[in-house]
Amino acid sequence: MEQKPAIFSARVGALFLLPALAFVALFLLFPFVWVIVLSFTNQTLTGATAANPEFVGLANYERLFDFDRWMRAGEFGSSLLITVQFVLGSALIGQAGLGLLIAWLFYRRRGWLRTVVTTLVVLAWIIPEVVVAFAWFAFLDRDAGTFNNILDAFGLGRPDWLFNYPLLSIMVFNTWRGTAFSMLLFQSALETIPPSYIETAEVAGASGWQKFRHILLPLLIGHIITDLILITLWTFNVFTPYLLTGGGPRNQTQLVSIYTYETAFQFFRFGQGAAIAVVIMFINLTLAMIYLAILRRQRAAT
Amino acid sequence: MNRMSPLARAGLFLLAILLGLFFVLPMLWLITAPLNPRTTLSVTLPSQPSLDNFRAVFDNGFAIRALLVNNLIIGGGAMVLVAVVATLASYSLSRTRVPGSKLLVYVLILFSSVVSGTAAMVPIFLLAYNLGLINEHIGVILVMTGGLLPSAIFIMRDFVDSIPRSYEEAALVCGASPRRTFWDVAMPLVRPGVLVVAIWAFVNAWGAFLVPLVLLRSPEKMPASIAFYSFYTEAGTPNLPLVSAYAFLYTIPVLLLYLIINWRFGFRFFGGIKR
Repeated sequence: MEQKPAIFSARVGALFLLPALAFVALFLLFPFVWVIVLSFTNQTLTGATAANPEFVGLANYERLFDFDRWMRAGEFGSSLLITVQFVLGSALIGQAGLGLLIAWLFYRRRGWLRTVVTTLVVLAWIIPEVVVAFAWFAFLDRDAGTFNNILDAFGLGRPDWLFNYPLLSIMVFNTWRGTAFSMLLFQSALETIPPSYIETAEVAGASGWQKFRHILLPLLIGHIITDLILITLWTFNVFTPYLLTGGGPRNQTQLVSIYTYETAFQFFRFGQGAAIAVVIMFINLTLAMIYLAILRRQRAAT
Repeated sequence: MNRMSPLARAGLFLLAILLGLFFVLPMLWLITAPLNPRTTLSVTLPSQPSLDNFRAVFDNGFAIRALLVNNLIIGGGAMVLVAVVATLASYSLSRTRVPGSKLLVYVLILFSSVVSGTAAMVPIFLLAYNLGLINEHIGVILVMTGGLLPSAIFIMRDFVDSIPRSYEEAALVCGASPRRTFWDVAMPLVRPGVLVVAIWAFVNAWGAFLVPLVLLRSPEKMPASIAFYSFYTEAGTPNLPLVSAYAFLYTIPVLLLYLIINWRFGFRFFGGIKR
């Protein structure tokens, strides 16, 4: 480990760090500790338990993990299952798959098509979430939506996507929304691969698939793992689908983020909401630790 | 690449076109609907494009206030705070040796991913409640800053690390005071990085939905992202002319700011620059 000389004294350095430290302590560390405490109480926003919440032990957790009912629609287990499907479908398959496909499709190519497709993917990512929700609401509308107009032209009927296939709809929506991150990551990773590798394989007569499978994929695998963990983490916590379906119909798109929101901010059961938040944060913590361990191993390898 | 058969080439071209269509089709409504005097949910080229929908938005004082006052306060506040705090912190991380700063970086990476989203809003709401920050713009600004800061610090630290330290060393050797070295030598060098982080923070706070939804109460303090949901008729259907024109006005600043970044610096890739 090289040690570069300091430009300023440690005292100035500490002073410069102070505001950031204050924010981190107040908005990251303190909430993390406090939410654990809250999860053992019956804190509400109004009524007697607002000012003087009582300690209720594990009651909030017992309610969450009440295995007699937890797979029913609108319960925690069912919400977790929906979220796992959502992460698998929209992040791991959708975003990472499509991102890799687009990055590979335009690998070592320039031209208008690359510029147009890349720009569109990035646009879908940067437009404010409320706006994309309205755009998709229009796109998927049963009677007037563009998607059904296209299907109808091919004689494929007019399904009511948000009503009959709500989970599939938000998966496709989230793939569309978030592919940019994976695409940009894979594009910049591909650019670091020396062209001579590919040229050698071409001289040896490798097919397109062989080049991908035996040269690019092994070189990309580290980036792919990084990407998968990060998008899993984000997709697990994403709230945007609420703007499209509101968690419905009949709780079929009730992701854990929406379940938390409804418990804490619509029914104002903060103790219960805190218990859910603790479970989610520990799942996040596990994912983040895996990410950091892989990051450290990659640094050690280079 | 040149050895590819024409058939395979055509197949890849078709695939690229299909992917492009998948990404562009849902966006078309955002462009055609605002110009259509009788907006529906379908994408139809207006036979007589008009600006009536925009006029309706500008006649709606509530909507304009949300966009031009509340959004600017929240976006601007978060922008200034994030830029200042992240610049100081990343400069310190890059150029000084403070004991424990490695631990701070580790905590930042870990907890910024752990304490996020709706789960984090439960304790943060009660924190804001106890600090008297509910229904105050400053509450939204502080919470947004807390959430954006870790990524901002990483982007900025990479940026500061990439600048050779010889400029500052030379200034110090020539007898410039540390303060002068920081302001007159280091700051001009890191300014592009500050600009990128500032714009990124502004765009994120501008588009925020969940934080203001949870922390704000009175309609006149709501930003545009929530004002959309006041454009509903009594039957519960959205007033599409108003929604579409408002969506257009609300999105334009975001696109312009990204264009500025793209034009000044190229759309460089910053790890983890999502939320």
